Amino acid sequence: MADIREEIKKRILVLDGAMGTMIQQYKFSEEDYRGEQFKDWKVPVKGNNDMLSITQPQAIKDIHAKYFEAGADIAETNTFSGTTIAMADYEMEEAVYQLNYQSAKIAKEVADQFTAKEPHKPRFVAGAMGPTNRTLSMSPDVNDPGYRAVTFDELRIAYKQQAEALIDGGVDVLLVETIFDTLNAKAALFAIQEVNEEKGLDIPIMVSGTITDASGRTLSGQTADAFLISVSHLPLLSVGFNCALGADALQPHLETVAAQTQFAVSAHPNAGLPNAFGEYDETPEQMAAQIQNYLDKGLINIIGGCCGTTPAHIKAIAEIAEKAERRQVAEQLSTR
Amino acid sequence: MSQINQTKYMKLSGLEPLILGPDMNFINVGERTNVAGSRKFLRLIKEEQFDEALEIARHQVEGGAQIIDVNMDDGLIDGKEAMVKFLNLMMAEPEIARVPMMIDSSKWEIIEAGLQVVQGKSVVNSISLKEGEEKFKEQVRKLKMYGAAVIVMAFDEVGQADNYQRRIEIAERSYRIMVDECNFPSEDIIFDLNIFPVATGMEEHRRNAIDFIEATHWVRTHLTNASVSGGVSNVSFSFRGNNVVREAMHSVFLYHAIQKGMNMGIVNPAMLEVYDDIPKDLLEHVEDVILDRRDDATESLLDFAETVKGTGKAKVENLEWRNMPLQDRITHGLVKGIDKFIVEDVEQARQEVAKPLEVIEGHLMIGMGVVGDLFGEGKMFLPQVVKSARVMKKAVAYLMPFIEEAKDDAAQSQGKVLLATVKGDVHDIGKNIVGVVLACNNYEIVDLGVMVPPEKILQTAIDEKVDVIGLSGLITPSLDEMVHIAKEMKRLNFTIPLLIGGATTSKAHTAVKIAPEYDGGVVHVLDASRSVPVTSTLISEDLTLAEKFRKDTYAEYDKVREGFLNRAKKKVYLPLADARANKYALEFNQTTTYIPNQLGVQVIDNMPLEDLLPYFDWTPFFQSWELHGKFPAILEDKVVGTQATELYKDAQIMLDTIIKEKWFTAKAVYGLFPANTVNDDDIEIYKDQNRTTIIQTMLTLRQQSKKAAGKPNIALADYIAPKNSGVQDYIGGFCVTAGFGVEEKAEEYKNNLDDYNSILVKALADRFAEAFAEYLHNKIRKQDWGYASDEKLDNEDLIKEKYQGIRPASGYPSCPDHTEKIQLWELLKVKEHIGVELTDSLAMFPTASVSGHYFAHKDARYFGLGKITKEQVHDFADRRGLTKEEAERWLSPNLAEE
Repeated sequence: MADIREEIKKRILVLDGAMGTMIQQYKFSEEDYRGEQFKDWKVPVKGNNDMLSITQPQAIKDIHAKYFEAGADIAETNTFSGTTIAMADYEMEEAVYQLNYQSAKIAKEVADQFTAKEPHKPRFVAGAMGPTNRTLSMSPDVNDPGYRAVTFDELRIAYKQQAEALIDGGVDVLLVETIFDTLNAKAALFAIQEVNEEKGLDIPIMVSGTITDASGRTLSGQTADAFLISVSHLPLLSVGFNCALGADALQPHLETVAAQTQFAVSAHPNAGLPNAFGEYDETPEQMAAQIQNYLDKGLINIIGGCCGTTPAHIKAIAEIAEKAERRQVAEQLSTR
Repeated sequence: MSQINQTKYMKLSGLEPLILGPDMNFINVGERTNVAGSRKFLRLIKEEQFDEALEIARHQVEGGAQIIDVNMDDGLIDGKEAMVKFLNLMMAEPEIARVPMMIDSSKWEIIEAGLQVVQGKSVVNSISLKEGEEKFKEQVRKLKMYGAAVIVMAFDEVGQADNYQRRIEIAERSYRIMVDECNFPSEDIIFDLNIFPVATGMEEHRRNAIDFIEATHWVRTHLTNASVSGGVSNVSFSFRGNNVVREAMHSVFLYHAIQKGMNMGIVNPAMLEVYDDIPKDLLEHVEDVILDRRDDATESLLDFAETVKGTGKAKVENLEWRNMPLQDRITHGLVKGIDKFIVEDVEQARQEVAKPLEVIEGHLMIGMGVVGDLFGEGKMFLPQVVKSARVMKKAVAYLMPFIEEAKDDAAQSQGKVLLATVKGDVHDIGKNIVGVVLACNNYEIVDLGVMVPPEKILQTAIDEKVDVIGLSGLITPSLDEMVHIAKEMKRLNFTIPLLIGGATTSKAHTAVKIAPEYDGGVVHVLDASRSVPVTSTLISEDLTLAEKFRKDTYAEYDKVREGFLNRAKKKVYLPLADARANKYALEFNQTTTYIPNQLGVQVIDNMPLEDLLPYFDWTPFFQSWELHGKFPAILEDKVVGTQATELYKDAQIMLDTIIKEKWFTAKAVYGLFPANTVNDDDIEIYKDQNRTTIIQTMLTLRQQSKKAAGKPNIALADYIAPKNSGVQDYIGGFCVTAGFGVEEKAEEYKNNLDDYNSILVKALADRFAEAFAEYLHNKIRKQDWGYASDEKLDNEDLIKEKYQGIRPASGYPSCPDHTEKIQLWELLKVKEHIGVELTDSLAMFPTASVSGHYFAHKDARYFGLGKITKEQVHDFADRRGLTKEEAERWLSPNLAEE
């Protein structure tokens, strides 16, 4: 079986685009979300995209397939909110293992089909681990700035459960992403190290932060270089940024990271900034033109798309990435 | 001298990075937030005066500390709890949190608790081989997982290293275990080689400083990438009370140690003289002691020290901003989140204004405006804004008693604000901040949380009598939800302002999509700091101010909307001729048209009310009381069931009385007439079957937006056979009322201060009118027109409009043209027959009335006209005999943007 640590030394790898944007197009109803398994669920679940891996697996597989067809090397599992913390909104904590396992499994099935068809371009699955909806570094109550709505241990345990299920389901790499609070990510990284240790594994890890706005900082207030330092204590497959900004706006922060890290560098920006209606209207060509700048500067090892990107965007990106030189990286390290 | 051995540099982070690169020869660790090192800090922590304790930390960063050491090791403090609490508080202070933390404790559990609350890469102070290799390794591995640098004490199972040899032995052993066995990054290792006092008078202490300095040199040249640190003030311990000497000793010690490679130290910058500024004679005595250059060095310095006793110099935090004008000081305090002076500044402001409230609305709001601007420009970030809100709160809390005392009217202007994150959305950080900022300004907050269904928002708004509703959302679908709520507010006759906020919301979206749906005032609030001025203006006692703001905002939105619509892809409208060509071409023949059994105008003078009961549709009745759900299921509803049942019971009792005592008089006038369509859109209504005398021509409007292929542009006229088809068709008209007697009863209740029954009686009258319309339509279908004499539908089917034919009303989507009512009134002589009148705005009076036309074609369906162009409106004006302006006014809701 192909090893992503080897593959990344050969070429720029293409990550897939937005899952949510694609799911929206299906206009699933409350009933569609519930499917058979959750038909009598106690609370409304519409909007709980992760559960579609169980209730609408064909749709999720089709989305993965569309991205692979477009040229993606790596598909992200449909597990952005697959922790007990995030699932609490839907009172679906108990389903977390199944959600992650199933998401990993179906993504891997699609990846394997494509690898079989095109052995020269092996496809991989990245287990997506989102930020959850709580923050370890900020108080939700301004009257009590010392208060925290969640503890490190609570997050660590939740992430550990997610990581185990994703690995059991067959992912090739774990992707800790959309990090708006670095401490949340540190809890995830702690959990992954524990899983590695307990299972005797050495699963590759991708880390992707989010610079929220013009301040050039994460939501929890860190600059790009402070963020990099805070997550570089273990050997990562890659580090980079996703979401919140379009490709152009992300570039200075990527340059900061690319200049200071020994790890591979990843980026999956949004298709520009949302317009007044929350829609992303940057075209594949526009986005690819901006990403061409990354490639020309040799900033990138893994490139994909976040909010608002579609298979058409990934296709445009994959086409230019194929022709470009990857960023030179130090020999990939192992966690052991 | 051998070279310092370094291939990698320690990298630390707070909110910002700190890299111990070659250009940074010494890192200064702030030591004042250490209960062991500062009596004041210890006292503050014991007394839980965290605000002041934070000031100490801020003071240190402002004074140049590059790392902050936090130590809570004291027998009378719960060290773990205090560590977590204080670190959490520091993380909320961006100006402190920008530097890395040093988590300082002799207890591992406190260290680990500290590591779990700090996002940056910290330094742990400290671990050692004191309790053996196993424990040491376990701690090193954990530190690696957390990602922290660590200070390793020169301490082992035997004890603390107190000479050169022991220092380097323990350092080397520790280093090898960490690097070779635990794979710990060598650049993250810092040795604390123990700084002990000199000039104690004891012989064995003479080399304390120089041994440290030499061991430092050994470590830096032999243990690749490792750093060396130490607590500098220890060295001068014997000169407590003589700050001049102590400051000189610290400087001299550092001067030499740094040259040998010491690159980090815990130093009180206020206790440090500049090396070059030390008087030559003092310098010489101090260097003799530190470097152990003379046997009598200690005695000499002691003698000399007597002559230079002084207080040292006091370094103060930078308070230049205190000299700025009052408003600038208040703004500075808000922007920087410094609450130390806010009370004194606010007090000064209070004395300068007429009413204490003006300080809030003036000085403080100006400051918060600056905060909002900086935040919007990305020059401040969230935690800072949250801090600003706290300063604001403190200021307001100080002012409140004065405001209460003044009891001026303006103080009453704070109101109740309902906040909710809309259905389907779980993001609430921004909403919570708005809540706090408003609460700081003494608004009462009703926070419904996240994923709140519209019904709950609106019901709570009514129940709690809120003054403003604020909606928040972060995801795209939330935008539609907000539009929906605005529509509901209009439908339910709300008048309170609606504030829109959240990351995906925008002025443009609010202007284009939300504001047009609700005229009670929809305002987009860019960020939390804007929520206060907007809210206070919107619900100001000064109605002209509120109205002006509303008008200005709407005028601004109109512009935004215009601009947007001009840019946006235009909806395509067909020329009227093309729309007519694409009419709904129905089949007309003998089987689709029906000759009525009874032509001409008929009147029902006194309809028995009880006969209408079977036609009641109760669902809208409950809706009018804000109880949502289908009847009869609503009576069992979990949430509103009890209320609904009670209401239903009251309604039944009143219904009985209404019928028994004949409170209302129900009347109807209706008629069926020969009719044919001419000129596509007009329906000629004939006096009789000869179809030669036209009584009147009914005008209909045609859908004009470009349709998908195969979809027609419909007008009501399409449901009547065209004259040139030769098929004889018919049309009906009606007006029913149950409204006579209603106003009197309602008024009677109202005068008895019984609003409940006053509303109930009106709501029931509406139900009677609707039921009457349903009853009459049924009778028309089965008897008078008779085209559905074998129809068998129960009330449920009637409610679902399962019958053939429609009865569209003027002013509703199929026929938005209210002026058609004037014709209908003439056609049926409505006023003359049953007394129902039309008001100037063409509403019916009594209100509990329903009117419309009957169409019998089996394919007739209700439809929405949608937008039409001026071409059609002007064409309509000509046909109706109105001026273009009049027609445009009547049809303005349907006029397309062109």
